[in-house]
Amino acid sequence: MSQQVDKTKTEKTGAIAVQVDDLTVAYNYKPVLWDIDLEIPEGVLMAIVGPNGAGKSTLIKSILGILKPIAGSVNIYGKSYKKQRHLVAYVPQKGSVDWDFPTTALDVVTMGTYGSLGWIKRPGQKEKKEALEALEKVGMLPFKNRQISQLSGGQQQRIFLARALVQNASIYFMDEPFQGVDATTEIAIINILKELRKAGKTVIVVHHDLQTVPEYFDWVTFLNVKKIATGPVKDIFNDDNLTKTYGINYKVSIQE
Amino acid sequence: MNIKEYIELLFTDYTLRTITLGTAILGAVTGMLGSFAVLRKQSLLGDAISHAALPGIAIAFLLTGTKDSNVLLIGALVSGLVGTFWIRGIIKKTHLKSDTALGLILSLFFGFGMLLLTFIQKQPNANQAGLDKYLFGQAATLLERDVWLMTIVSGACLVVLLLFWKEFKILLFDSDYTKTLGFNTKIIDILITSFIVLAIVLGLQTVGVVLMSAMLLAPAAAARQWTNKLGVMVFLAALFGAFSGVFGTAISATQNNLSTGPVIVIIAGVFVLFSFVFSPNRGLLFKQIRFIKNRRDLQLHKTLTFMYHIADTHDNVSHPHTVKILNNFQGYTKGTLQKLVKRNLVELDGNMWSLTEEGYKTASNLYNQQNKTDE
Repeated sequence: MSQQVDKTKTEKTGAIAVQVDDLTVAYNYKPVLWDIDLEIPEGVLMAIVGPNGAGKSTLIKSILGILKPIAGSVNIYGKSYKKQRHLVAYVPQKGSVDWDFPTTALDVVTMGTYGSLGWIKRPGQKEKKEALEALEKVGMLPFKNRQISQLSGGQQQRIFLARALVQNASIYFMDEPFQGVDATTEIAIINILKELRKAGKTVIVVHHDLQTVPEYFDWVTFLNVKKIATGPVKDIFNDDNLTKTYGINYKVSIQE
Repeated sequence: MNIKEYIELLFTDYTLRTITLGTAILGAVTGMLGSFAVLRKQSLLGDAISHAALPGIAIAFLLTGTKDSNVLLIGALVSGLVGTFWIRGIIKKTHLKSDTALGLILSLFFGFGMLLLTFIQKQPNANQAGLDKYLFGQAATLLERDVWLMTIVSGACLVVLLLFWKEFKILLFDSDYTKTLGFNTKIIDILITSFIVLAIVLGLQTVGVVLMSAMLLAPAAAARQWTNKLGVMVFLAALFGAFSGVFGTAISATQNNLSTGPVIVIIAGVFVLFSFVFSPNRGLLFKQIRFIKNRRDLQLHKTLTFMYHIADTHDNVSHPHTVKILNNFQGYTKGTLQKLVKRNLVELDGNMWSLTEEGYKTASNLYNQQNKTDE
């Protein structure tokens, strides 16, 4: 198993982590995403920005096969997503689940190991250890036995992050991880994301706060049903692209 | 018949034993599966399925002419499944919300079933009597082979539940995420739904179309109150369901002419009521007690902090002040002052009060804590 991981690691230097071709998605008749082509290089920390209803979450969900696109293909390191699923981890929006579900923080994080376990096999000592390590990383170890409804919004977000960390993936997709969290949690999360990037992982984040884009991310994609622009933050995060994406004269003072 | 006679009869009377065993097993399996329905927020699905089963019973009778419960239950199973998949189809293909789809299928199938039942009753065939027992159930008609069938289905259900426990749990909690891990959520979903349909159909003979969904929901709703662990919840729901079956049968057997199905459902309802009020963490009673106690503590703390501010202006913290100055403070009553005195935080001397050493310490701690949480 570890040999396999090493092999993929050497293969993907300077590689394209995620390649999306001609992706088109529609709910009923109205297209939500139109003809998206996207190449995400390995090792970037990328923000997906765009107005409400621009299809940011839809893009992530279609890449991950949660939604079925009308057309298009997704490749992860040159092979179809279905074959490379084990390289990808997902952090859904916090509001997408019922937090009154009868389970504990540790239990939710352990769910991150279910994919590698496969059908029927139960998590054992090894999986528990991995889950505890992930809890430690996000600073939630003291809360491991807490019923999840008794956690604050920021703590719930950290639990979701820990669940994805357990998967030990190469590519992380996160849907608004900073939504409704306090400043402390935001800093804790961004530090973890930067650590992931340092370890050579690729992190793709649906992001709302334009002010923090230059500070947090090195890569950005502007999206509004169509792809407006994608590239390094320092090259393309400018008023021109913001105006094109948000449709109004948008001015963001970029700190140099 | 009194309780003693009943217990004696339970060991000697074959019919009573069969019925008791049948209702207990039925309660256990519906309680177990009901936990999943409740957690998936599909509480109404059970109601729709049971009502949707009625035309199947009638059609099975019309086609075969027998009243053999197994044949009729196969009819119920088929039309229950058809109803379930139609509900899913409606939700998926139209803009209708799930409650509308459930209500629509429920009433359409039930109406059609009732139509067929009246049609059957008008037929010049002496054999038709007794089909209406499926409306409200008739536990007395349970035979040993019915109980065997229930046991086999419950056993199969338990095995599947234990095997796919992890898959069920993660699907219930976060189905999108489950997909990204590579699990085929459709298979897990169909597995759960099929067992729910099966359990409902098995209960029709005992509890009937109209009340069946209560067997699914009541034990699960009661169990949720007592625990924050899924495993414990499913176990408790099975236990509550089984006890509802046993007690319900006992009461209906000892009180002449009480219909078993409704009694079982009422017992399950008593479990729910009791759990809603008396469960330690989520129950209304203890919640209210905690709420009141918390409020009183806060009032006390506030008064103490207020006194702390006054005392703090003097070098000697135990310098006496008049009670009058407290009157301007909201939340201060003579009661709170008495309580503070009782706790040794404040000393009272006529119309003058002063903080004790301990009172001053407690108050300054509270004050600092308050500032910390404000940040």
